[in-house]
Amino acid sequence: MVETVQVSNVAKSYGAVQAVREISCVFREGETIALVGHNGAGKTTLIKLMLGLVKPTAGTVRVLGEDPAAGQFEARRRLGYLPENVSFNMALTGRETLAFYARLKRVPVETTGALLERVGLGGAADRRVGTYSKGMRQRLGLSQALLGQPRVLLLDEPTTGLDPALRRSFYDIVAELRAGGATVLLSSHALTELEGRADRVVIVDRGVKIADGTLDDLRRIARLPTRIRLTLAGEVVSAADDWARAGGWRRVNGRQLEIDAEPGEKVAVLRRVAEPGAPVADFDVIPPTLDELYAHFLEARGRGE
Amino acid sequence: MTNIFIIARKEIQEGLRNRWVLATTLLLAALALTLTFLGSAPTGNIGASALDVVIVSLSSLSIFLVPLIALLISHDAIVGEMERGTMLLLLSYPVGRWQVIAGKFAGHLAILAFATLLGYGAAAVALAATGADIDRSSFGAFASMILSSILLGAVFIAIGYLVSVLVRERGTAGGIAIGVWLLYVLIYDMALLGLLVVDQGRIISGGVLDALLLANPTDAYRLLNLSSGNVGALSGMGGVAENAALSPATLVGALLVWVAVPLSAAALVFSRREL
Repeated sequence: MVETVQVSNVAKSYGAVQAVREISCVFREGETIALVGHNGAGKTTLIKLMLGLVKPTAGTVRVLGEDPAAGQFEARRRLGYLPENVSFNMALTGRETLAFYARLKRVPVETTGALLERVGLGGAADRRVGTYSKGMRQRLGLSQALLGQPRVLLLDEPTTGLDPALRRSFYDIVAELRAGGATVLLSSHALTELEGRADRVVIVDRGVKIADGTLDDLRRIARLPTRIRLTLAGEVVSAADDWARAGGWRRVNGRQLEIDAEPGEKVAVLRRVAEPGAPVADFDVIPPTLDELYAHFLEARGRGE
Repeated sequence: MTNIFIIARKEIQEGLRNRWVLATTLLLAALALTLTFLGSAPTGNIGASALDVVIVSLSSLSIFLVPLIALLISHDAIVGEMERGTMLLLLSYPVGRWQVIAGKFAGHLAILAFATLLGYGAAAVALAATGADIDRSSFGAFASMILSSILLGAVFIAIGYLVSVLVRERGTAGGIAIGVWLLYVLIYDMALLGLLVVDQGRIISGGVLDALLLANPTDAYRLLNLSSGNVGALSGMGGVAENAALSPATLVGALLVWVAVPLSAAALVFSRREL
């Protein structure tokens, strides 16, 4: 797959503050990457480096084959960016605002109407941006990022302020772009929301990349236990006691038991739960969430220091 | 070039929408018309052309008002967009930073030019409509007064941008803009006058005085408009102008330098600024 973004050994400091200390990563065509980290971990700085808005103190950044800070603009035409807390001039209408950005990207202004429809702003296109709600402004922000079929999309906290329905349609748009071969970088706090939507997760903490891989990779590395919860059949309270005594199981309530199974013993536990004659009415297997993975990697780094 | 045009167009659009254009035009027109009719009353028939009187009073007004309006529009141009967060998005587009400055300058200058042309033009038209006796040279002087007022506005728009790229907060930019206005419009001339009185012509030669006059764009503007021909006799600036060896071309040149230097400095500072 073609590499669209290459970040190698990049560091960036603002005076005494080291926002990014040492990060290398490569993003490819058709990949959706979740960039995860605390506030102030260096996510926004990393995105600004990819946009060429700040110059790296050390290392190199290449986006679509160009150095984004060198003042060449060919790559920027194929780049979509949605800043965190996007804002627009209040006096202009949504349509006028989008037309302005379309002209700057040399995208035909006629196509902006369809784009506004796509993000659900068709009805409000001719109202002043000053009258928009936070969610509507976010949608307008998304629409400008989608101008001109971008090859690389950098979305900084894209779903803050979007209601659940819109959030879903937002991820539909992201999936469409990915299918079209675009690289989509999502930075987010809402980790659970990214589950199943990101091919890859990059975790940064205090300016350093501490994990990078698919969700499955990270789960394997972290070796976090899988939670198995079962509901006992009927009123066999004694059976519950037997199970609980057999090791590891916790009581959730009268009929439900829970165990945190290590990756190695997961299959064995499941066999027991599913064996003929076991007094089990139902069971759920809950893999570690992205939140837990994130916490794990942060803790691991904390211990390593 | 296209980018500059696109940004200028958006500035004009915003100016029209938030009533800047309307307010400025109405203000200038109202003051110009007031001066035209009140100002011409006391002259009676003492031989001064009515339009010359208007030129003297309007250019005196412009020295105060045009820099003020220009600074009001421009001091916020960069730092305001930075603070609101719109600049971050704009600079992620395929636009050079100098193009942002140039585009905003073109847009703001167009707004100011439109307001001046229409506002002051209304005074000339009104005067002509009342049947006042106006000769051709007065019309020429009036036209050059309008053009130089626009040029004076351009100077202060450029200074406003320089202030705007140098500071971190809008409030600071506003404070500095007021300071700049006070300095060039009021304090500088008072200080210069005091200096000349104290000096009694011992140290400050004509050449130094010329340099000091050119070092303030409002003085260059004043000399340009208040010293020529009939107007000079009326305004009392003729005396200064005779001693000063400054041709209109030099004065216009000085004003152009006053536009170019702060504007390029603003572009330079802006291009180095980290977001």
